[in-house]
Amino acid sequence: MSKYHVTTTVNNDEFEFLCEPTQTMLDVLRDELNLTGSKEGCATGDCGACSVVMDGRLVCSCLVLGVEMEGKSIETIEGMADGDDLHPLQQKFLDHAALQCGICTPGVLVSAKALLEKNPDPTETEVRYWLAGNLCRCTGYDKIIRAVMDAAKEMRAA
Amino acid sequence: MDNSLDMQFSAGDKDLNYVGKRTKRPDGVDKVTGRARFGADTRLPGMLYGKILRSPHAHARIISIDTSKAEALGGVKAVVTRDDFEDRESEFVPAGEMMVNYRDMVRNIMAREKVLYDGHAVAAVAATSVSIAKKALKLIDVEYEILPHVIDVCDAMTPDAPVLHEDLITEGVDPVPTKGSNVAKRIEFKLGDVVKGFEQADEILEKTFDTKPVHQGYIEPHACLASCSESGSADLWCSTQGQYLVRAHCAKLMGMEISKLRVTPSEIGGGFGGKTVVFLEPVALALSRKTFRPVKMTMTRDEVFRATGPTSGANVRVKIGITNDGKITAAEAELKYQAGAFQGSSVQPGCMCAFAPYDLQNVDVVGWDVLTNRPKVAAYRAPGAPISEYAVECVLDELADRIGMDAVDLRLKNAAKEGTQTAYGPKLGPVGFVEVLQAVKSSDHFKAPLGANQGRGIGVGFWFNIGGETCVSMSVNEDGTLTLVTGSPDIGGSRASICNMAAEELGIDVEKINPIIADTSSLGFNFLSAGSRTTFACGMATIEAARNAIDNMRARVAQLWEVPVESVIWENGAARPASSNAGEFDPMTLPEIAKIAPKTGGPISGHAEINAQGAGPGFGAHMVDIEVDRETGHVKVLRYTVVQDAGKAIHPSYVEGQYQGGAVQCIGWALNEEYIYGDDGCLQNSGFLDYRIPLASDLPMIETIIVEVPNPNHPYGVRGVGETPIIPGLAAISNAISDATGLRMTALPMSPPKVLQALKQAQA
Ligand code: FES
Ligand code: FES
Repeated sequence: MSKYHVTTTVNNDEFEFLCEPTQTMLDVLRDELNLTGSKEGCATGDCGACSVVMDGRLVCSCLVLGVEMEGKSIETIEGMADGDDLHPLQQKFLDHAALQCGICTPGVLVSAKALLEKNPDPTETEVRYWLAGNLCRCTGYDKIIRAVMDAAKEMRAA
Repeated sequence: MDNSLDMQFSAGDKDLNYVGKRTKRPDGVDKVTGRARFGADTRLPGMLYGKILRSPHAHARIISIDTSKAEALGGVKAVVTRDDFEDRESEFVPAGEMMVNYRDMVRNIMAREKVLYDGHAVAAVAATSVSIAKKALKLIDVEYEILPHVIDVCDAMTPDAPVLHEDLITEGVDPVPTKGSNVAKRIEFKLGDVVKGFEQADEILEKTFDTKPVHQGYIEPHACLASCSESGSADLWCSTQGQYLVRAHCAKLMGMEISKLRVTPSEIGGGFGGKTVVFLEPVALALSRKTFRPVKMTMTRDEVFRATGPTSGANVRVKIGITNDGKITAAEAELKYQAGAFQGSSVQPGCMCAFAPYDLQNVDVVGWDVLTNRPKVAAYRAPGAPISEYAVECVLDELADRIGMDAVDLRLKNAAKEGTQTAYGPKLGPVGFVEVLQAVKSSDHFKAPLGANQGRGIGVGFWFNIGGETCVSMSVNEDGTLTLVTGSPDIGGSRASICNMAAEELGIDVEKINPIIADTSSLGFNFLSAGSRTTFACGMATIEAARNAIDNMRARVAQLWEVPVESVIWENGAARPASSNAGEFDPMTLPEIAKIAPKTGGPISGHAEINAQGAGPGFGAHMVDIEVDRETGHVKVLRYTVVQDAGKAIHPSYVEGQYQGGAVQCIGWALNEEYIYGDDGCLQNSGFLDYRIPLASDLPMIETIIVEVPNPNHPYGVRGVGETPIIPGLAAISNAISDATGLRMTALPMSPPKVLQALKQAQA
């Protein structure tokens, strides 16, 4: 199978890679670029563990093809903290114990960040519906929702 | 452990600095930045990708497997089938505290004579890319002779049912059958005389319930990376609840010496009991042994649903007699649990737990372990208990109604307490069930008003909790920090709790302790992270290891001070003279002792190797308010409270997390989740879209009340909390629906179409 040459930007770094036409962006991030922070929970767009932002839009990276990354700018969980300065969402997830196993956490954080950029003052219901695409089997979501609400509050005050 | 008594003190007797505090989680930062490495995140140079060919049939004899075309495909490096795994004797042998049958295990990881369920592994390929491996699977020719199949547990017990294993003779029945069947085992637990007990009853109610298999639903699919060396040794990285049992099983199946196989657990993305079994690991090792290259295998979600987990579906009949003033006089149950394709369902704990919340004189519980053409069941949090206790709690609720007694009062009147003789064996020690029920009654939730079409239900749960074999090692480093080495995978924040206990004992800042979870070659045997044992047993070993390190430090200081070791005590992180008689010495802190360790005898460490006993049973109650949409049958959860005795919450946030997560798994099990099979015996909903677990938008906040009745066998009173939370909710939700509609649904899940149908039938 011949491969395609793709140039893309991930977390402000430019990357070039060769990819098979059937490889997804998630496969490319994990297997070609060694960015394993985005997780595969289903590969069918149902769990949100692979959530990334592509040109400002929240997407399931398992539903985007690697070749579609050409010329795009991608943000993943690896780009969320600034050095050892955690994003307020990351900090609040730790403070509220909003993770147990942590496999859903990268996707939830990327998704929550996208929410707060659009809507800095969401209601609990808005947070719950926005995160409805991110499955978590461990926490029952309670502490996740609290952490997002609390981070939103802190970010509004900043 | 025999020194448990002198380790004990009541948690309230002492000011605790870390135990009971919401400390920072040691692995937290790596998990919010994407750095933490889970099962699928490890790679090695020269790595191959393994893929499994799975049966499209529920039940078929394998006539032949031709792999030649696959082997000829460029990039394919190895193919394995049944011929690559040596057969094993049928016998149940201990693996840690579990019993496993390697004859069944070898057939479950790779089908031999027959495929026994849709998704059963038939062959595996290792290739240089995933796409080549997938292409190769299509080139494998398997000739099947399709056989009739059986999916339902009651059907499987009938005399003319298709039989999965012709040589399976039912155990525990008299006379011993002469012919094989799907019924592996009958078990019975009896106390007193139920016939007499029912004679004393004023009200007797008997009902039969059906539950469907549900999957543990961990978000991380199974994954591993195996690397066999020409030397005969091998490395295995995998996501597991127990690296030592992975080692035991793989070494056995591969015919390896245990010391030659080193298993390193990755971070684990959820398990709930489902990652206590091996599926991919022996296959990846076999592929690697053929190629001497690393082989990575990951399951797709479809494979996870079709070929791993789930828990049993069941048919449960319960009969309870009570007096008009609410005393239970007799309790009887018959439990039929699906084991899937091989024997070994969780019917035994199901039987043992069924009536365990109550102090009863007359009990008779019979359980049946039944094979069906479904994946072999795996543990799912308090395995077996949610199913039997669901049925019991529904029947009790109706009986409370009949005699006009409050449902909580009825449970209080019969509640198990210290000294209660259980039907399954022991007398209970101190337990917190009465305290849990009282906390329910005094909660705001209990008193809150309800609206139209709304209902409130409660249910309770009992689980044993376990201890087991545990090793912990800690090194006092040259700079006064500590490295804590445990062998228990952290499935929900246990590292934080373990560090809290170590810091408490040593009297040092918890952030000076850095924990790691060891591979199997770095530390002695540890049983699984299962049975709600980690904080209890690993905690106990940690405390003992810390005390061992303290004793070693005291000895070093005694040597310096030239006094007997008894003259040196450990207090607030420093060695001090026991009294002025011991001499005038300035205290020596841990870092000071660590710094001069080379001069006082070399490195300092602490160890513990224990088989922890005396885990404290956990009791809980769930209370839920729901609203039924009479047009769609949809049940909305409005409010939910979990009350549970933790013994002692070492890290309250993660205790709450266990309560909340378990409650939401109850909600899924009760309202939506089920394995749906077609007439062809194939699973029809093997993805998260059709097997719908609860979403954030389905739920309210989950309120928690932590009751603390200390377990006297643990230094801080820990009971174990992980499993009880999945028990009470099934009945609580059923009871709430019944409260709202006046209807008793006797099958799970109570999904919208089923609720709608029940409402329609009631109207007609
Ligand atoms: S892996 Fe992409 S949504 Fe689940
Ligand atoms: S923390 Fe485990 S899936 Fe969310």
